[in-house]
Amino acid sequence: MSLYSKIIATKRTLIPFSTLSQENDITQVKEKLGKKIKNLFKGSLAIREVDAGSTNAEEHELTALANTFYDSERFGIHFVASPRHADMLMVTGPVSRNMAIALKKTYEATPDPKIVVAVGDGAIDGGIFKGSYAIVGGVHEVIPVHFEIPGDPPSPKVILTSLLHILELIEGGNAA
Amino acid sequence: MIILFIFKIIVLSLLAPLLIGVVRKMKALMQNRQGASIIQPYFDLWKLFHKDEVIATDASWIFLATPYLLFGLSFALFAGVILFIGFEQITVFGDFILLVGTLGLMAFLLAIAGMDTGSAFGGFGSSREMTLSALTEGTLFFSLLPVALVTHMTNVIAMAPFVASLSISSYLPVFIAFLGYFIALMCETGRIPFDNAATHLELTMIHEAMILEYSGKRLALIEWASANKFLFFVVLGANLFFPWSPDLHSIFLTAIVGIIFSLVKALILLMVIVFIESSIAKLRLFRLPDLIFTGYILGVIAIIASGL
Amino acid sequence: MMLFFGSLLLLLCGALGSLFSHTYSRFVTGITAALASVGLMIFAGNALATGGVQQLNIVTQFPLFALSFHVDMLSALFIFLIGLIALPVSLFGISYLLHYKNYDLHVFGFFYNLFLITLFLIVTSYNGLSFLFFWEIMSLTSVYFVLFEHKREGAVHAGAVYFIMTHVAAFCLLIAFLLLYQRVGSFDFGLIKAYAPHLSLVMYSILFTLFLVGFGTKAGIIPFHIWLPKAHSSAPAHTSALMSGIMIKMGIFMFFRIFLDILPPTNLVFGCIVLVLGGIASLLGVLYALAEHDIKRLLAYHSIENIGIILLGLGGGMIFFSLGQYPLAVLAIVAGLFHTINHAVFKSLLFLGAGAVMHQVHTRDMEKFGGLIKTMPYTALFFLVGSIAIVGLPPLNGFVSEWLTFQSLIKGILISSGSMMPTIFILGITALAFTGGLAGACFVKAFALTFLARPRSKEAEHAREVGPLFIGSMGILAVLCLMLSIFSGFVVLLLTRVVQSLSAGKGAVVALSTVQGTLTVGNGFGAVSLPFIIAGIVLMVGMGWLGVYAVARKRKEIRRMIWSCGYTQLTPRMEITTTGFARTLILIFKGIFQPTKQDKIEYVDIKSRYQPLSRTITLQVTNHYEKHIYYPLHTLFFELSQQIKKVQGGNIGQYLFYIFLTLIGLLIWVRY
Repeated sequence: MSLYSKIIATKRTLIPFSTLSQENDITQVKEKLGKKIKNLFKGSLAIREVDAGSTNAEEHELTALANTFYDSERFGIHFVASPRHADMLMVTGPVSRNMAIALKKTYEATPDPKIVVAVGDGAIDGGIFKGSYAIVGGVHEVIPVHFEIPGDPPSPKVILTSLLHILELIEGGNAA
Repeated sequence: MIILFIFKIIVLSLLAPLLIGVVRKMKALMQNRQGASIIQPYFDLWKLFHKDEVIATDASWIFLATPYLLFGLSFALFAGVILFIGFEQITVFGDFILLVGTLGLMAFLLAIAGMDTGSAFGGFGSSREMTLSALTEGTLFFSLLPVALVTHMTNVIAMAPFVASLSISSYLPVFIAFLGYFIALMCETGRIPFDNAATHLELTMIHEAMILEYSGKRLALIEWASANKFLFFVVLGANLFFPWSPDLHSIFLTAIVGIIFSLVKALILLMVIVFIESSIAKLRLFRLPDLIFTGYILGVIAIIASGL
Repeated sequence: MMLFFGSLLLLLCGALGSLFSHTYSRFVTGITAALASVGLMIFAGNALATGGVQQLNIVTQFPLFALSFHVDMLSALFIFLIGLIALPVSLFGISYLLHYKNYDLHVFGFFYNLFLITLFLIVTSYNGLSFLFFWEIMSLTSVYFVLFEHKREGAVHAGAVYFIMTHVAAFCLLIAFLLLYQRVGSFDFGLIKAYAPHLSLVMYSILFTLFLVGFGTKAGIIPFHIWLPKAHSSAPAHTSALMSGIMIKMGIFMFFRIFLDILPPTNLVFGCIVLVLGGIASLLGVLYALAEHDIKRLLAYHSIENIGIILLGLGGGMIFFSLGQYPLAVLAIVAGLFHTINHAVFKSLLFLGAGAVMHQVHTRDMEKFGGLIKTMPYTALFFLVGSIAIVGLPPLNGFVSEWLTFQSLIKGILISSGSMMPTIFILGITALAFTGGLAGACFVKAFALTFLARPRSKEAEHAREVGPLFIGSMGILAVLCLMLSIFSGFVVLLLTRVVQSLSAGKGAVVALSTVQGTLTVGNGFGAVSLPFIIAGIVLMVGMGWLGVYAVARKRKEIRRMIWSCGYTQLTPRMEITTTGFARTLILIFKGIFQPTKQDKIEYVDIKSRYQPLSRTITLQVTNHYEKHIYYPLHTLFFELSQQIKKVQGGNIGQYLFYIFLTLIGLLIWVRY
């Protein structure tokens, strides 16, 4: 019973949309996404997260995306288990040599149209591991990348606002 | 009456994703989040229909054909469910043995399709799904059987008006049967404590593991078919076990009020489902047969109670 | 009758003809058997259409041994059924026997035709002794089939077990018929039927038990079933189909004949026993089938399960008859008969499919199958049709007969009073409901592991589609499954007339009516209409497909490797295995199976035991019947015979002593 009273009594902790729509730290690598793709994913975006040898700092921030503060689900963004169900691949970590083939296979297993986002400094060009013998050197060496989110690790707020900017700010209806 | 029949099928299948959306919204609210909007599943389906598909090289025609078959069979389920109590004339799909058989056929086809690609996940997903489905089929049968015995007929659509006119003492077996039906509902539609639909760990997946290889329009069809199955269970539970709805002497008004009452009952049932889902954890696989057999025993108790 | 004897004569010529040539024997037997089957089907169809009884008596030198042939509706139905199954099976055999080039094909052909002759003669014989004579020949010829592959391990053991069990059963039958002879003075079934009301309850119980054991062993009721999996898996595939589809139905046929026609039940208890035995057989049959990884043993256990379902209908019918509820009795018996027909059709189809697969992959172990749907598409399709039919899923024929059985049992709960009767019916429905679900699990395993995914062995990779005769015969049976379901109304009408011709159902009105293909039970209790449902499903799937095509037709479909979390070196060993698939259910039903697990690990370095080279896990299920019933019995008889052996000491003095004892004993006895 105390469980239910707690559920009702706890205050909402959501970060409102107005705060989110201001910050944005994203870098665009390829040409702008076609309008058709943006319209396709604006209502619903399925993300598959690939850990290509990261320090797991970025994963911690990504798991925070679904909590009660950031709540990515209210924008229609959800994480899926299989790349076949995914629209967007969020790749973290400098691609270690052992994960290079796996990353390529994941990219091939995702159906078109798809977006690839490199999350974190490591994924962009190797980050603190740049020049190491054990890494390939950034996700763009293995698969074509559309967007990059810098930071080591980028905070969940930055990741969420970057996602919203990729989809050019979801229309006010289902936010806040 | 054919118009009513087609109307029922089309409207219910268009409504099914809304139900899933409502369930997810309620769960999010219980977790102190805002959650996606209620019509989010429609956006998901629309997007999936506009994506390409990636199919495994080992997949055969069974993999390719199963989503269409499942979707069509879910229509057959809707053909057998009660929406306008006392109204419907086309009852040929409403025999409850046929409904249990159709659900079994859907599980059979999905299990085979899950094993078609030869991935290890699909294999053990099918194994677990068939294990639970085998046991739940008996429980579901035994939860509908007491109602059939009390009303002296096996057609679900025809049963509802009779259940509405039962006295309190005759109604008790129906209520006990409903408890068994609820357990069967949670198992067949893959709710916690039986299966977590949002899990990412393949070792804990049952339904999801079989559809890991699907993408694009076929994935949309399978998701829609399972939404249809969920709506079928909820509407059947609401309208068969609690079939009271007022009879206002104009056909049009009775139909409208009937639909509204059905929706309200379905919503209450959904709230109960979400409450239970948010309160307990997923059970170990080997504890689930105990729960399923409890549903069966409840059905037997209901039969005994109806004989007294 | 001329057509009947003409076809039998054709079969006999085929049998003798095949003895002469080794290479052409398979054509001679196959073609004569097929033609004779067609002839007999025409004869039976005619007999069913006209109704009535045809009788022919041949008096021989031996006054007891009168050959009487009696064709009534039930016999005609079974003649039709045997012919219906023998036709595709014989055609299948023509190509399949190529597999057995190194064995004695000419002798096989002789026994095959002889087996078919005895099958037809059993259902038409109306005299106890001639019946037993043909029954014995049927058993002997089928023992030959089981022993045919004598070079394979386990075949001789299977043959021996089958031989012993079938003769123990025949022994019970002989005693039963002798007891009846003692009362009635003749072996003729007609005279026995007339005497039946005069039997005392004790006598009836003894006869009931003897007939139950005798025919039950042939049908495969638990616990007399241990020969069935062994025998049906050792015999060649098409004879397995014949044995499983028809021969065990001979036991069921005699159940119908004896318990409904000749000795109708007067007491409730007998029907209850049959019903309970049916429930036990169906549940345990399907559970043991789940644990099997040999495809033919799996199918054999499913035969036991379906016999259980038939007995559920028959038991229900006997209970209703003894309660005086004639309409419901006819319903239940119609359900049992329908399931008999259905089972013959889809079990033969499944065995033929298994035979086709074995023909290509040369092994019976399902762990070595896989990926056959690409190389053998037609076999896979027909096996899928058979699987859906045997699980009892709509819209095929298995569903119709299970629906009828469910309806009769549900009605049973409603009309029965007291506390024991509803319990028995509830147990029956439990068995039927759970059997349906578990059979679904088992056939997902059987179909998916055989045909889907990637090949698990070299032979499976090299399999090719089988020849046109194989496909033709399987196709006939698959189409028959669909036809039996669409025309279920017509079949039910026919079966109602058959049941009404038996003395139990004489003149009874059935609680089942068929209007335009809809089967309705007892004015509105329940109704199902298969043609409508099939049409509806086809329409709805079509609608769905059209809708999706309209929305998503511009999307592409690309073929890639399966998603395996990025792992590239996938081997077929990484797919699910038969043991793994069934393991969950085996552990859930631990109490019944009592599984044992053996773990064998081979290490790279035996001294350090650090790195395993290979690991084999064997999951075994205890066979309780052999362990607790048959082996103790076997040990008992063996010990007894060892003790009795001492009587023959070999010592002259000992024998003289016996003679002396006998003399003294006789003198004393004569004196007093």
